[in-house]
Amino acid sequence: MEHMKSEEIIKLFKEKFNDSITNSRIEIKTAGLKKNSYSVIWLEIELKDFKEAVKLLCTIQFPHFAIISGSDTGEEIKLTYHFSIYYGERSKEISLNLTTNLPKNNLKLPTITDLIPGAQTAEREIKEMLGVTIKGLPDLPNVFLPKDFPKDVYPLRKDETGAEKMVNKREEVKKVE
Amino acid sequence: MNKKTYSIPIGPVHPSLEEPMTFNFEIYGERIEKVNLAPGDNHRGIEFMGRQRNPIQIIYLAERICGICSASHPFAFCQAVENAAGIEVPERGQYIRVIIAELERIHSHILWAGIAGHELGFDSVLYISWRAREEVLDLLEYLTGNRINYGIFMIGGVRRDISEEQISRIRKTLEYYKDIYGKLEDIFLKDPTIALRTRNVGVLTKEDALRLCAVGPTARASGIKKDVRQDQPYSAYADLEVKAITPDVLTGEVNGDVYDRIIVRLLEVVQSIQIIEQCLENMPSGEIVAEKKLVKLLNQLKKAKGEGIGRHEAPRGECFHYIKLAEAEVPEVWKARAPTYNNLMPWAPMLLGEQIADIPIVIASTDPCIACMDRVTILNKANGQKNVLTKKDLHELSVQKTRRITP
Repeated sequence: MEHMKSEEIIKLFKEKFNDSITNSRIEIKTAGLKKNSYSVIWLEIELKDFKEAVKLLCTIQFPHFAIISGSDTGEEIKLTYHFSIYYGERSKEISLNLTTNLPKNNLKLPTITDLIPGAQTAEREIKEMLGVTIKGLPDLPNVFLPKDFPKDVYPLRKDETGAEKMVNKREEVKKVE
Repeated sequence: MNKKTYSIPIGPVHPSLEEPMTFNFEIYGERIEKVNLAPGDNHRGIEFMGRQRNPIQIIYLAERICGICSASHPFAFCQAVENAAGIEVPERGQYIRVIIAELERIHSHILWAGIAGHELGFDSVLYISWRAREEVLDLLEYLTGNRINYGIFMIGGVRRDISEEQISRIRKTLEYYKDIYGKLEDIFLKDPTIALRTRNVGVLTKEDALRLCAVGPTARASGIKKDVRQDQPYSAYADLEVKAITPDVLTGEVNGDVYDRIIVRLLEVVQSIQIIEQCLENMPSGEIVAEKKLVKLLNQLKKAKGEGIGRHEAPRGECFHYIKLAEAEVPEVWKARAPTYNNLMPWAPMLLGEQIADIPIVIASTDPCIACMDRVTILNKANGQKNVLTKKDLHELSVQKTRRITP
């Protein structure tokens, strides 16, 4: 199979989605005595084209899906989907991280489980940890939080819906000023 | 005929494995018709705790995510921080990291072999293999100071060097494992009972493994040549010729059953021995850590801004860490993903159509970090009658099946 270079992959995404790609960069990492290198791609895409971007990725090669990481940046929730492609051959794998931002007043995102079924656990996790609604994901019980966990608390949020107030601080050692 | 299914929840706690997990099975007769997984009984909120700590403190937190992968998580975490902050690890540090990680793989795979034997009711295997595992644990204690939770990883390198006299001790241990390997192979690959209980049991097809994003030996036993050490060589693996091991190397075919997972793990023990030997031969001299003074390192990390990923092929598969530093004492985001997370969903196709007595070995075959069978409740849906089976009963069922089918 003919493999595309990191630059070509970014070009492919930019041609298809034009201005939707708000940020892109390639990191080259070296390792060992021989300084062999591998590359990591970071792409930021607008929400409206997110699902299409995952579809495009699936046409290159069925990607390996690692995890979704999410962060609360105040006004928005930033989700990064960590994929990798071209696995199975020595030194060929390229990591691809696809980021999208969701405004807090409309936390909705289409599911990718129809394309990559293995993403279900990760989608359920961000649903309960960050309160993001995944459109098209069946309504399943909590994966990681207990069944009786309060409804409107999302542990990884940094605003008033976060779990800060639930932390038991009785045993905390205060910092000496 | 009354085609009524019964539901069997298994879990959530069991003392011999690390983390609790509940399985809900729908059973028709002896056959499993539907599997529901419900993890999360022991979610400790480690990522939440990480938000109150600085990166150096998180290394020790990451080390305690898992008692067995206590080199894998800090390895991946340190790589993520180094990538985010732009720190280069000295070559000698990279080689020492790989040696520790591979010693961990040997101990983890041999531990698993013992558990697999136990689940089949073959307890002498458990005693033999866990005795063999002591040797590498002693070596790890000699090199790092601890049998587990080694505390050797540091952002930018490692904390302890390996001296000349320690190298001779490592070689001695490797010789021990080369001697004993024949015995292990004899037990697992030539014993008719083990073959009877594991061949064509818990099959995971290549398509399912790909679709459900399986990692590590679980994916490789289904014929996917996926191994981070081969695909994206990091650290000293970039100098070593690591090849993903699939069962066809030995048998010429891939079935994706429990037997194939045993083959992959056993061959990986040999591979690890070879990797360590290569490392010892080619180990360069020089520094072991990029920045010795921790206060200086902390200050550097406090000023760093950026995001990075770290991947390491743990004994169970790809271990993934993501970190985002934002010019603060604590990281903005820290995401840790253990390999069992990805190997959760492949359990469903493996278990469908199998018998209750096969549950322990199929679940154990992915070498889960969360798999516990403490008690089993058999619930008769029609009249709400409850029968509680203990872990002992379930184990007994498995042992009986072994006795039943042994010629």
